[in-house]
Amino acid sequence: MRALRRLATRHAGPFERLYLVCDRLALALAPLLVKAGLERLERPAAVLESWTKGALFDCNMCGRCVLAATGMTCPMNCPKGLRNGPCGGVRANGNCEIEAALRCVWLEAWEGAGRMRHGGRIGELQAPLDHRLKGSSAWLRRMVERARLGSAPP
Amino acid sequence: MSVHRIEFGDSYPPLPGHVSGGRLERVLRSGRFAVTAELNPPDSADPEEIYQRALVLSEVCDAINATDASGANCHMSSLGICALLKAAGYSAVMQISCRDRNRIAIQGDVLGAAALGVHNVLCLTGDGVEAGDQPGAKPVFDLDSITLLDTIRAMRDEGRFLSGRVIESPPRLFLGAAANPFAPPFDWRPRRLAKKIAAGAQFVQTQYCFDVARLRAFMSEIRDGGLHKACFILVGVGPLASARAARWMRSNVPGVHIPDSVIQRLEGAADQRQEGKRLCVELIQEISEIEGVRGVHVMAYRQEELVNDIIRDSGVLKNRAPRAQGAEPTPGAEII
Repeated sequence: MRALRRLATRHAGPFERLYLVCDRLALALAPLLVKAGLERLERPAAVLESWTKGALFDCNMCGRCVLAATGMTCPMNCPKGLRNGPCGGVRANGNCEIEAALRCVWLEAWEGAGRMRHGGRIGELQAPLDHRLKGSSAWLRRMVERARLGSAPP
Repeated sequence: MSVHRIEFGDSYPPLPGHVSGGRLERVLRSGRFAVTAELNPPDSADPEEIYQRALVLSEVCDAINATDASGANCHMSSLGICALLKAAGYSAVMQISCRDRNRIAIQGDVLGAAALGVHNVLCLTGDGVEAGDQPGAKPVFDLDSITLLDTIRAMRDEGRFLSGRVIESPPRLFLGAAANPFAPPFDWRPRRLAKKIAAGAQFVQTQYCFDVARLRAFMSEIRDGGLHKACFILVGVGPLASARAARWMRSNVPGVHIPDSVIQRLEGAADQRQEGKRLCVELIQEISEIEGVRGVHVMAYRQEELVNDIIRDSGVLKNRAPRAQGAEPTPGAEII
């Protein structure tokens, strides 16, 4: 899985474009799909999301996806689960202080962000996780929230 | 209605534009070079241990840091140490690590600390449990250093918990963060500090500096971004006891960078401990000349008795009279 994850980071630019297209499409369709009872599809949506994002990003299904703001690298792979940048323990060779064989997830995120059009989003402050959302579909939640809010900014 | 109000150690009425009534904020905002030091926490329930260890630091320090199980090793809690420091009249910096407590516990501790008269809090993510003496412990990391800063800032400025619930009497705290200019990715580090400042950091205590060239490069980027005007930067320093101790620290303490040249210098010395002390004095003198550096944070693990001499020899206090906090000031000397 690590190989695919590195691929996603290395090609963060194309992945970002793909992500934005899917995101816009999903948000455009959201009101329609929600009206058709989309919310009942939580379980299949979560399974689908877990498979795809699990394969591509080693997604941990935190329920609040921030990939587009973290260089298309899932921050939940950080052994400390840091969502706002690297800790001060990164080794001189760029590896993790906890798992000596693991390259710092935030180093990869930083490099990925450098390849993205909206890479500057890595500076955004991420709120603490809502642990109740673990295992749920972040895609579905985004669509449902959008449908309820109307045309709020992404 | 309160009948009796307890006044602790270094409490002053907050000046206009100040968030706390503490000594550290006063020293920094008045433009003086600040000195803080880390107290090595005891594996003991005896308060006398704290008083003894604080006494050797107090003469030259504006505030004493109470570490929160640093390196994931269990010791007396930072809140307990702060309560004892305050009772003895010292100014304390309570360190909070996100490793061991969740958001509910931390916010409660912040109120408790403020009620005890603590004016300064240093917000840290914390080392992984694997680094310490109890590697089987559950790592919490419910918050990280940045969300912790943002949480306490909102408690203080907006008078509300993370949940939005109102705090009747908000804590008045001077907020600090850590920075490590010596760990990769180097080009990220100034931006990470900017993020911490945006989240509420008002002062910064860095990791040990043994590489002044790297610090200069970092500070140059900090000045380019104007960050040195948005927060007070205190650079971490400390005496190395020997070349062997330096090697051990380099490979076992997360985030510590010691160049080979430093280790060689210690190895070549007749008295390594004395050389380590001399090196520390020289580093402080060099560091204090860098534009944007507003103080030093001395971490003299198990060598606390050297701190007094190191600070005096470095001359950074200039015409400030080194004195025991709470003691009578020397007539005519410039004091806070």
